[in-house]
Amino acid sequence: MDKEKIDQIIDKHEGEASSLIQILLEIQSENHWLPGNALERVSEKLNVPLSRIKHIATFYKAFSLIPKGRNEIHICMGTACHVRGANRVLDTVQDITGIKPGETDLDLKFSLETVNCLGCCALGPVMEINGKTHGKMTPAETAGILKNYE
Amino acid sequence: MSKINLQIDEKKVEADRGMTLLEAAKTAGIWIPTLCHYEKLEPYGACRICIVEIGSGSSTKLVVSCLYPVEENLTVRTKSEKIDRIRKMILELLLAHAPDSFELDELAKEYGADKNRFDKETSFCIHCGLCVRYCAEVKKAHAVGFVDRGAKREISFVPEIASKECWKCKECFPLCPTSALQAAYVLTEALTSAVPSFKGEPEDP
Amino acid sequence: MSRINSPSELEELRKSILSERDPDKPCITLCTGSACHASGSEGVADAIEEEINKQGLSGKVDIRKTGCHGFCERGPIIVNHPDETTYLQIEPDDIPEIVSMTIKEKKVVDRLLYTDPSTNENIIHESEIPFYKYQERLVFGSNGSIDPKSIEDYLAIGGYSALSKVLSQMTDLEVLEEIKKSNLRGRGGGGFPAGRKWEGSRNAPEKVKYVIVNADEGDPGAYMDRALLEGNPHLILEGLIIGAYAIGAREGYIYVRQEYPLAVENITLAIKKAQEFGFLGESILGTGFDFIVKVHQGAGAFVCGESSALMTALEGRAGEPRPKYIRSNIKGLWNKPSVLNNVETWANVPLIINRGAQWFSEIGTEGSKGTKIFSLVGKITNTGLVEVPMGMTLRDIIYKIGGGIPDGKKFKAVQTGGPSGGCIPEEQLDLQVGFDELTKAGSMMGSGGMIVMDEDTCMVDVARYFIEFLTDESCGKCVPCREGMRQMLKILTNITKGMGQEGDIELLEELSEVLGVASLCALGRTAPNPFLSTLKYFRDEYEAHINEKKCPALSCKELISYYIDPEKCNACMICFKKCPSYAIDGGKNRIHVIDQEKCTKCETCFEVCPSRFGAVKKVSGEPVPPSVPEEKRTIIRKSKKK
Repeated sequence: MDKEKIDQIIDKHEGEASSLIQILLEIQSENHWLPGNALERVSEKLNVPLSRIKHIATFYKAFSLIPKGRNEIHICMGTACHVRGANRVLDTVQDITGIKPGETDLDLKFSLETVNCLGCCALGPVMEINGKTHGKMTPAETAGILKNYE
Repeated sequence: MSKINLQIDEKKVEADRGMTLLEAAKTAGIWIPTLCHYEKLEPYGACRICIVEIGSGSSTKLVVSCLYPVEENLTVRTKSEKIDRIRKMILELLLAHAPDSFELDELAKEYGADKNRFDKETSFCIHCGLCVRYCAEVKKAHAVGFVDRGAKREISFVPEIASKECWKCKECFPLCPTSALQAAYVLTEALTSAVPSFKGEPEDP
Repeated sequence: MSRINSPSELEELRKSILSERDPDKPCITLCTGSACHASGSEGVADAIEEEINKQGLSGKVDIRKTGCHGFCERGPIIVNHPDETTYLQIEPDDIPEIVSMTIKEKKVVDRLLYTDPSTNENIIHESEIPFYKYQERLVFGSNGSIDPKSIEDYLAIGGYSALSKVLSQMTDLEVLEEIKKSNLRGRGGGGFPAGRKWEGSRNAPEKVKYVIVNADEGDPGAYMDRALLEGNPHLILEGLIIGAYAIGAREGYIYVRQEYPLAVENITLAIKKAQEFGFLGESILGTGFDFIVKVHQGAGAFVCGESSALMTALEGRAGEPRPKYIRSNIKGLWNKPSVLNNVETWANVPLIINRGAQWFSEIGTEGSKGTKIFSLVGKITNTGLVEVPMGMTLRDIIYKIGGGIPDGKKFKAVQTGGPSGGCIPEEQLDLQVGFDELTKAGSMMGSGGMIVMDEDTCMVDVARYFIEFLTDESCGKCVPCREGMRQMLKILTNITKGMGQEGDIELLEELSEVLGVASLCALGRTAPNPFLSTLKYFRDEYEAHINEKKCPALSCKELISYYIDPEKCNACMICFKKCPSYAIDGGKNRIHVIDQEKCTKCETCFEVCPSRFGAVKKVSGEPVPPSVPEEKRTIIRKSKKK
């Protein structure tokens, strides 16, 4: 990642160590993952040990230390979606994409994540792709929806 | 400094204000088992094996002695059927990861813990954090840290720092309750794996 | 906008805002909360604007994009003011008719109204729809009538009058006493009395103190706080400022999940506006009281809902809970006294100040005062957010408001309190909701998730689900929580896969005890609750899984088999074509048969089999019936016989 861009983000937060998570979130959102040079730069400028940054980067779910696919699939595993069969939807998506939650395929086409609740319980089971919500999902419908993504 | 009087296992104990129950018990010659405790480090309260019971009559509760501060007139019990049961379970849970740890083995004998109660998942590490905390608090090197969370939590050396700091130090190795094996193992692995990843290329999570 | 310098200036401004608003002017309010957004409310909004212009009504009709109205099941929702005509499940194509009929001619479009399923009558007004009729929407009610991005809208409904009252007429101690007297208890989980928490911080000797909004709503199936933050951010802000005044804090934080982008956006904008108007910053309303608020986004960790973990996260660390032998209201953020309350708790504060502790404490039960917002979800006809007075029975919430269980299924249990809570069975449905009542039943209030389960829900799987959730969400620091749950999850998973053994239940109970007393924080200590409550009320399901390898709810994948009833199969070929693993042998006029070896139990055949046939069946704990012999598989059609 571009060093100037990283510095810009850090400077925006006035280089405060307590803003570490906010800074990492912004880098993640800008770059879609946290490259090593960004972690090192943040460590250096905020004077926070790299070990702590790595703990944070792996502790919180929003961060990724590997590049993400072009299309990010989020399957809601909230309780409402669970009792309405979210597991079956997840199984089918895993079968179709060949990746498990937390993984990205080799072509960088899809990244798959489970999320704990998207707050759209009326539409459960919910699958979100690139921010677009697909509600009332059934295993039978998933293949058709995934086909639309390149 | 004013003294605090309390009772530990029927014994009257005089402690300094601000002491923990564990420290107070030690001054009175009462032994409480510990795994994640080390005098040179801040109390951590992760292994929970130093759990004791405080209070009397119907209002008793379980607290961990390495963190709980002494209070005037407090009644403390370091042994009971319930305490032993909890310690036994904690040991059994940890033995699934480090069945060959001498320290765990000794305690297992004391509490009658069954090494084979749970399926083995030998990862050696019991997450006491002694290496991580020693490196951060005493050595201020931060060469080893935790990564991930929940059941996936692990310790991990930071290659960039470890390659510079660790070979001349290694002071954390003897602290490890499951022998220094795992520390050495992880360290070697970290040093031989992709250090260049920190030039910006993708790295393994 | 220049800052408002006194309470009287605020009232003048309010008057001028109201004078510019004609209560009789038509106004279309459209729900743009997250659920309606997902159902396409943005397209509806565009269509409204376009149609208003097209029909030459621009300037004559107000359009207001509001936050969540609560009835998410039927979104997108439109409520037309002033007459409150309510249309549900609106699509952009419906808009021309709404504008030409309802706006222009004041006529109702019948087909878009709510039809009461019990009487088959159409209902015109929102407040008369049974879903709303039995609610008492004190905190949540304004959501439907204001644009959350407009501070003027909030002022028009009396916003910041409580703050103005507090700063001009009450001492900090009087505010504290009022909150204590109201008996407001924390809406985030434990139900700790807010006034006592405030008092502890207020009396702590340190000068620097903090107030914090916990908007790290993590319980799966709960989204009340999100709807409040998105739909009425100033209400929360006003409550927070009042709290800061009462305890003497000069700085506050809002810890909100980054998974809630709209909530982050709206609260950030609200803070900016409040600063411009002089409700935040130096000398608020010219009274000399200074207070600022910062937004901190949570990066995705359920454990950060726990107070000490949240504060650790605010300090910029991994969110590990701290052992709380000293409470965080005495030693919290950066070791300073810190009052952390949940979104809904703060939202109650302006109400209590405006209408008095006496009024508030007349609502609810002995131990639980006021109202509570629940997210009523799962196997329920009317999914949505409901606000009811404490003390309403679960039965009334589920049946009167929620409309009961859909598809003619039988109610089995309702889960409250999130992963720390428990499942309440049918025989306890007359339980009144309240903090102590739910705890007594083996569950808890938690933040207000209420997940309804029907006969198809496996209770062992529910327990497994929550333990799996927490195994992933635990910080992993202490042994009982990390290792105890690892083992519980293994055992529960085995049971749901038909690999349960005698002694499993006892071992789970033993692990539960250790987790319950020895874990470092509340996440671990309450983690066994979903298991313990399902065991208490549904022990037979555990035993069926272990002893008979049977899932009575026909839900656990490894324990069920699918087969096609030859009597009912019409050889329509739908399942044959849709089966992703080519496990169905069939053809034109040939009764279909599932190859059990190839079947992956994805349930596609079960879903796609037309309900008029209902030929795909599930069994558990017994083998599938032998398939029909080859010679009997041909269907001879009577009508089309050639």
